[in-house]
Amino acid sequence: MIPHLLTVMAIYAILAVSLNLVVGLTGLFNLGHAAFFGIGAYTSALLAFAGVPYPLCLLAAVLLPALAGILVGLPTLRLRGDYLAMATLGFGEITRAVFRNWVGLTRGPMGLPGVPHPALLGLTIDTPGEWVATAFAGLALAWLVAELVGRAPLGRVLRAIREDELAVQALGKNPEPYKLRALALGAGLAGLGGSLYAHYVAFVDPTPFTLPTTIFLFLLIVLGGLGNHAGSVAAAFVLLAARESLRFAGLPPSISAPLQQLVFSLLLVVLVIYRPWGLLPEPHLRSGSRRAAG
Amino acid sequence: MFELFAQLLVTGIVVGGSYALLAVGYTLVYGVLGFINFAHGDVAMIGAYATLLLTTGAGLPLPAATLGAMAAAAVLGVGIERVAYRPLRRAHRLAPLISAIAVSLALESAALLLWGADIRTFRLPVTAGWQLGPFFVTRVQLVVLATALAAMVGLQLLLTRTALGKAIRATADNLPVAAVVGVDVNRVIAAVFALGSALAALAATLLALEANLHPTVGILMGLKAFAAVVLGGIGSVPGALVGGFAIGIAENLGVWYLPTVWKDAIAYAILVVVLLFRPHGLFGTREAAEPKL
Repeated sequence: MIPHLLTVMAIYAILAVSLNLVVGLTGLFNLGHAAFFGIGAYTSALLAFAGVPYPLCLLAAVLLPALAGILVGLPTLRLRGDYLAMATLGFGEITRAVFRNWVGLTRGPMGLPGVPHPALLGLTIDTPGEWVATAFAGLALAWLVAELVGRAPLGRVLRAIREDELAVQALGKNPEPYKLRALALGAGLAGLGGSLYAHYVAFVDPTPFTLPTTIFLFLLIVLGGLGNHAGSVAAAFVLLAARESLRFAGLPPSISAPLQQLVFSLLLVVLVIYRPWGLLPEPHLRSGSRRAAG
Repeated sequence: MFELFAQLLVTGIVVGGSYALLAVGYTLVYGVLGFINFAHGDVAMIGAYATLLLTTGAGLPLPAATLGAMAAAAVLGVGIERVAYRPLRRAHRLAPLISAIAVSLALESAALLLWGADIRTFRLPVTAGWQLGPFFVTRVQLVVLATALAAMVGLQLLLTRTALGKAIRATADNLPVAAVVGVDVNRVIAAVFALGSALAALAATLLALEANLHPTVGILMGLKAFAAVVLGGIGSVPGALVGGFAIGIAENLGVWYLPTVWKDAIAYAILVVVLLFRPHGLFGTREAAEPKL
């Protein structure tokens, strides 16, 4: 039970960190994050079924969502932020339709059972302990990427775009390629989470890759503080522990699932109204400048 | 062969009228507040359930039940604006969007808790229709289309001939200036939410007469109306109406070429194509699509 919880926590933490790069750091309203997660999961699972060694499955599971992110971002990132929201929402729905309806590839709603355990460096990862280690290694990787981006000059430009895009342009930088990089990076890291998810759960079907998952991830990053990766990870751990313990309340799933969604979404509304930058905002936002962006 | 085509066209026009009514709510809110109200489709879904409960539960005749549901949706829409959007009017631009998408999921979850995940239908008696040349129209379809058209005419009259309509247009044009010249902006915004939500409840009821009702249809209808708004040009009322009909016709004629399971994806495909080639839509201004300076 505990190793399972830790593994799931680490995978959600990867997803939260990846969304935080896009939404929290760069200020892009991405509503299709669960779709990138899903593309990673299906890519990895399908390649593994085809007998491709796991490192290559993982690589493809990162690259394909990143490419999808670029394709969605290219036409929309030069427009107002709302257009990205619409395009990613539509992209999420199209992706879901593909997962459900391209039965020849994905087996549709029946899903793909028996995704093989990954083998890395001659070691097959199949015990709970090994899975915890693998998931945390993935989280460490995602964390490292997010921290490096956050500290690099790229991260400064991304924050500047979030705060005032016009000022970025005035300083002679074209925001579009930077936004595209942030979106692709976030999508790629979501794909990493997707690959780990697919091989850990050993079953892929379309349901986890839909809007409620994206909104749950929004709750995680707002709770943890927009732009604060440590906060996202902490929020993932706390909220998943809460979610797992709610599972023992003894309600039938037809009630507990929507009840959970209702509680989480109302919590998100309350949080956004009273603590728009989250409980643990990025350090420099704690003083004065949090209303600076328009 | 041509008869099937004609039939798909009729269905498309009928469904499109409802999408158009739903699209108006998005475009009006976007006009005055400049943000996308993601919860709009779910308010519509709640409205359709309200009509269903008032007819099957309370035994009201359908027109009275629809009016009751429209009133309930108006109250819900105004309440959502008051509680979840108004405190965020001066916050970072991401905040109201996050709030709206969360309200959308909250409404869907509430509907699942209240009414369950079973598919509901109005179970209207099958009625005769009329053969007009190659087109066969059922009575229900005719009522749906006539109601949608009447609501559009009413909306147009309200926006162009009344003081409230003038205030709405002024606020959409320039909110601070409208406030300076004495328009009660909060009242206008509340009116826009009431109007949009009532039309949304009507639209969802009209759609549900011919299709299934389920808590998840809110987001689905919302996205299609959204595609209609973008196609017509965001912020433009005539654009939303034209866009609604276009999406309805396109997704029904699309069934001619594609398996029906892809029907729902057609609207999103149109959305993506419009974003690629004409992001300001058919009737929108180029400035509305570009970053605000």
